[in-house]
Amino acid sequence: MELRERPHPWNDYNGPHDDVIMSCRVRLARNLAGFPFVNRASSTQCHEMLRMARRIVLTDDVAPGMIWVDINSATSRDRALLMERHLISKNFSESSHARAVAVSGDESLSVMVNEEDHLRMQLLRPGLQLEDAFERINAVDDAIESRLDYAFSSRWGYLTACPTNVGTGIRFSVMAHLPALKITGEVDRVKRAAKDLNLAVRGYYGEGTESAGDFYQISNQITLGRSETELRDEFQKQILPHIIQYEQESRQVLVDRNPILLDDRVHRAFAILKTARLLGVEEAMKLLSRVRLGLYLERIADVDLNAINRLFLQIQPAHLQLHAESRLSNEEMRQARADLVRSTLGG
Amino acid sequence: MNCDYCNKPAVVHEVTVKNGEKHEVHLCEEHAAEAGMNMPGSKPINELLTKFVISHPSSSGGAATSGTSRSAKSVHRRCATCGLGLDEFRRTGLLGCPDCYESFRSQLEPLIERAQNGGVSHLGKTPRRAGASIDRQLHRQRLIQELDHAVNAEQYERAAQLRDQLESLETDTPNADENHDRASESSSPKKE
Repeated sequence: MELRERPHPWNDYNGPHDDVIMSCRVRLARNLAGFPFVNRASSTQCHEMLRMARRIVLTDDVAPGMIWVDINSATSRDRALLMERHLISKNFSESSHARAVAVSGDESLSVMVNEEDHLRMQLLRPGLQLEDAFERINAVDDAIESRLDYAFSSRWGYLTACPTNVGTGIRFSVMAHLPALKITGEVDRVKRAAKDLNLAVRGYYGEGTESAGDFYQISNQITLGRSETELRDEFQKQILPHIIQYEQESRQVLVDRNPILLDDRVHRAFAILKTARLLGVEEAMKLLSRVRLGLYLERIADVDLNAINRLFLQIQPAHLQLHAESRLSNEEMRQARADLVRSTLGG
Repeated sequence: MNCDYCNKPAVVHEVTVKNGEKHEVHLCEEHAAEAGMNMPGSKPINELLTKFVISHPSSSGGAATSGTSRSAKSVHRRCATCGLGLDEFRRTGLLGCPDCYESFRSQLEPLIERAQNGGVSHLGKTPRRAGASIDRQLHRQRLIQELDHAVNAEQYERAAQLRDQLESLETDTPNADENHDRASESSSPKKE
């Protein structure tokens, strides 16, 4: 798989509000007219779907440099690599029916074929750039739609396997880094408020996963009764500024009221990362999260923020094995992780 | 409709059928919170479905219900196109094909409305191919329908937005592309 030759998709994670919003994503759910949805499709129908999608998606007007990965024949490590890069979902990685993913050359676009819907296309951007992400995914959707008949009704809009996605089939989401809210114990309040605002707060790898490194995936849940731009503006202009501000204010509270505690957390984390010989993934993410916080608050210097951002991905199990060019046991993995972090941070 | 326990307007309406008997509960915001029930729209659809299945023993393989009740009959309803049974949808939360939306329309409408926080019809992008058959009149109808729901739900800010959209629909030149107003909103978003 060509992804192996690309150790990291992005050189940097710079974008608007990147202190709190690591990346943003727009996802569209689409189905073909005249086909049963994936959960009801026969094996033949699933393969036919793959054949049609492959012909249409692998064209330059969809995105340049698209590669096609047949998930059924991919190794478990390659599936894990894709999941760690947020290019496929956990469910998609684990199911067994005929399915594939197309990924653009810059890995900002991925199109999952035969996920819960026939097509699940997503566009990832660093920072908070939902307008740009939406514009790009909309163009991809137009290009695909010019060659395919989507299942669509004037009443319900784009028809999806789960009625919670019907209408626009759109989901806007951000990967929010909320370390200060975690330290001050207020992250649960954000979760409760988000629920009242019809938002979903999920873990680092989306649905059915836990938070790691103080990262939370926050997304809109409403897909019907509003246009795409209304949904985007509501999410980006009315909701996210409050979450961003809440985290930023919590950071300021730490600086103003308890700088010693803050510095202790940041520098202790950095010291462990620079010296540890064995590191578990959860521990490493937690420590990297604190160093990331310290960098944005200028409590720590001489550390490359992009190197820290890249490490969040590089320390994941499949990426570590890719780096080591061999299959590692759990213990070897912990050692390889600590070695990689130490060498990156000059420990 | 007022709350079962006080004179305030009811915001949560729950209808359950147990052993063929229909039970209705209507609660205001405070009494709903007291009863541990969430506001409309705040529940994921799978939770709603699970709750629905639990209150319908016949669909979960439990005690048999009266065969004459409407809900007991609807449990055995199937989509003519893909053969999916309503019971299966209730179990998985997934429909079998695009036609299921029509086959199970009466069951889906209230579920979708709750899950979508009152949204009842599509106001977003229209695929160009399908768009050819959808005219301005339909779009207007949907806006009016949404406006109705917004006002009933006392979502006045939303109602004002919908009125603005209706207004701009009216002031659009009649010879313009039928879907221009929607395409310009969705297909070619302006840079901000």
